[in-house]
Amino acid sequence: MELGGCFVGLRPPRNDIFDMKLRSLPAILFLAIFFFYPLARILALTLEVSVLTSANLLLTSRVLSFTFYQAFLSTLLTFLLGLPAAYLFARFDFRGKSLLRAVTAIPFMLPTVVVASSFNALFGNRGWLSFLFPLSSFPQPSPFTLILLAHVFYNTTIVIRIVGNALTQLDPRLEAAARTLGANPLQVWTQAILPGLRMPLLAAGLLVFLFDFTSFGVILLLGGAKFATLEVEIYIQALQLLNLPLAALLSLIQLLCTLAFSILYSRLSAQMLVPTAPRPSTARRPRTLVESIYVASLCFLLSAFFVLPLLALPIRSLTRLEADRGERGEVQYGLTSAYYSELFVNRRGSIFYVPPVEAARNSLTYAGATVLLSLALGFPLASALARPGRVERILDPLLMLPLGASAVTLGLGFIVTFNRPLFSSHFSLLSSPLIIPLAHAIIALPFVVRALQPAIAAIPERLRHAAATLGASPWRVWQNVDWPILSRAILSAATFAFTVSLGEFGAATLLARPDFPTLPVAIARFLAQPGGLNYGQAMAMSTILMGVTLLGILSIEKLRLPGAGEF
Amino acid sequence: MLELRHLSKTYEGQPLLDDVSFTVAEGETVCLLGASGSGKSTLLRMIAGLESPERGTISFDGLDLAQTPSHLRDFGLVFQDYALFPHLTVFDNAAFGLKMRNQSKDEIQARVSEVLNLVNLTGFAHRRVTELSGGEQQRVAVARALAIRPRLLMFDEPLSSLDRALKDEVLDELRHILHETRIPAVYVTHDQEEAFTIADRILLLHEGRILREGTPAEVWSHPGSAWVARFLNVGNVVEGRVKSRMSKVGRWQVETSLGQVSVACGHAHADGERVALLLKPSDAGPLTVTAKVEDVVFQREQFKVELAGGLFIHLKDAPQVGESISVTFDVECLSHE
Repeated sequence: MELGGCFVGLRPPRNDIFDMKLRSLPAILFLAIFFFYPLARILALTLEVSVLTSANLLLTSRVLSFTFYQAFLSTLLTFLLGLPAAYLFARFDFRGKSLLRAVTAIPFMLPTVVVASSFNALFGNRGWLSFLFPLSSFPQPSPFTLILLAHVFYNTTIVIRIVGNALTQLDPRLEAAARTLGANPLQVWTQAILPGLRMPLLAAGLLVFLFDFTSFGVILLLGGAKFATLEVEIYIQALQLLNLPLAALLSLIQLLCTLAFSILYSRLSAQMLVPTAPRPSTARRPRTLVESIYVASLCFLLSAFFVLPLLALPIRSLTRLEADRGERGEVQYGLTSAYYSELFVNRRGSIFYVPPVEAARNSLTYAGATVLLSLALGFPLASALARPGRVERILDPLLMLPLGASAVTLGLGFIVTFNRPLFSSHFSLLSSPLIIPLAHAIIALPFVVRALQPAIAAIPERLRHAAATLGASPWRVWQNVDWPILSRAILSAATFAFTVSLGEFGAATLLARPDFPTLPVAIARFLAQPGGLNYGQAMAMSTILMGVTLLGILSIEKLRLPGAGEF
Repeated sequence: MLELRHLSKTYEGQPLLDDVSFTVAEGETVCLLGASGSGKSTLLRMIAGLESPERGTISFDGLDLAQTPSHLRDFGLVFQDYALFPHLTVFDNAAFGLKMRNQSKDEIQARVSEVLNLVNLTGFAHRRVTELSGGEQQRVAVARALAIRPRLLMFDEPLSSLDRALKDEVLDELRHILHETRIPAVYVTHDQEEAFTIADRILLLHEGRILREGTPAEVWSHPGSAWVARFLNVGNVVEGRVKSRMSKVGRWQVETSLGQVSVACGHAHADGERVALLLKPSDAGPLTVTAKVEDVVFQREQFKVELAGGLFIHLKDAPQVGESISVTFDVECLSHE
């Protein structure tokens, strides 16, 4: 470090231990081997001539059009609920507002299996609605409707955040100006408010569309293989039909689409006005009868839509609604803790049957490894990016690329790359349990870097200089200046990595060995099996996963430094 | 024309406006002058129909406006910081109100050119408003409000974000436009100079109440109350105590730190009551003070001379600091509000 300072004549020596040359090298190497190389392998596979048969192209176009169709429909529905909700939160004050707002944000952070299980517990043919209204006219929603609803459930918060924030940022005097100039209430909206919301609306739309486009777990678990989007089809081709070249082709298309959307989105969000000073809130209590009805009915709708699935799951995990093993005869309805106690029992004794408690142990181990790996790589990287040189400025967007690639594509990349013995003939990475934390670290790395980077950048250099002039060695500077300030950010990044790994489904389904499933993979397996006991265990595991994730979210919120970004 | 009667409004339990009444006549510019928080912007928003009063009525040409929504009032409002539509050009901003009234393209074209010409913005029609300077934006805001041929024009601190020189220039233009169009206007500001320049009549607003009303000359020469005299910085305000009533009707003998003075008051005082007096330098008056010059401040055509004891006067020729001078003051009795 001291030596480094001497060589760089133009810059004063820095008194911190981050100032090592090549500190971003480990992360770059890691991403090169475990992200870019697998992507290149996928690309290479698609270059094989045999892929472009007419049957493959037909399938691809069918899958692609369905993917677009469902994403478009989901986005539309999300806006149908999200826009009135955004207006509600931006313009009105009412009791329980912040709680309701927080509740609408929960689904976005829940693992897909948990959301799928929640919807299953509420709407599924073994769920509450079909139990409470067995033969009545209440129509059971079709799997496709369930998928759409789950997407709305997931992404409404995006519309509320982006459009709602834009609404509160809008100058309220523009509305007043329009009114004094003779605009009627409708014209006020079309002429004065909507033009100012064009960019946020587009940005929110794109982001929602992107999430719906790459949705995997929800579609697979609620719809099944019939509803083959790009992601699901990649999974089917890779795992069930073992047609890797076709899977690779689909992955490439998927990647190009998400890349295009992401670029468009970052262009848009760069154009959005950044508020320089927070505006005083324009929210107020509803005054007229119409306003009161609007607020009350929307509050009711939102709390029903967001709270019911979240409640249905834990309650269903404690209630017996069908026979444990599908046997005929009287069923003992009522409260039960059997699903939870069953989690610890290996009933079948078969080799590939893994009791849930072991899946949970696997998940925890993987999550722990992911935390270690992503912090070890992410911390030096974040400190390099916090004070970027020329190299880092180029690196920055490149390192965020894994965000755009879907987990399924990542899993496929690992399959096509690491299916051969590595280093020695006895060791194949693909069959090693290490493969999952590696994949999860790729997914978690951008989050970890984004959590750490602003915190590192926020430490003023003069604090370190002050410590140094007072006689602190670089190590003591780190110990006494950086660590106390950064510990919260590091803890928050670690929690983030932990929850991401714990709930991750796409890559895990492709990569987990049958005898080492993760918790989400085990939940998906149990959901698919007959018998009340299996279903109940899926509910119980989902409930536990939901609880742990909520705890994680809560602690991240508590640890968040004031002013740090959200999305 | 515009008539406000007994308007009151509270905000979170605090009175914001307290029984405010005034009228604006044809072609008249009324200026509401007051510090921030005095309730003047709220008053404007109520006239515009953007807020409703809790008590009292607003009427125009004898018709109560309570049931008339903002967009049907035909009142033009020029906002502080202008509130121009950032997504529209200069032309489209000015044309906004005409489009809301479904006027034909030709009419809009003609009217917009007319008002842009009036505010000296000919040739700016197709510029984006975000590219304009502060003064130019201000003119667009005025043009936009004028375009609809409003029955009443309102200005909410319209010049507060302009620098001094530009302020004077725009103020002159505004005066000119208001005189030419004869549109009655309500002008809200916290800046005295602005108020005295533009107003036909000034209303001084303090804590939601009108403390003084009159032409600029009347208000300046007879501020009436101690608060107004201090707010306008009309002259020296001195506290005193009533010593005794003099034989002459309406005159009192008042004891001040500068000596005893006999002064005429409009209302009766008890012995020992505290009163405020306004001292204005004059050729002949009941009070003559001799004091040392403490400081001399250059102020363009005159010098502000500060005297020992806290008094100040304005003189054409600067005295020496430390010199002793005698000044004769006319004394006016102020109400204690």
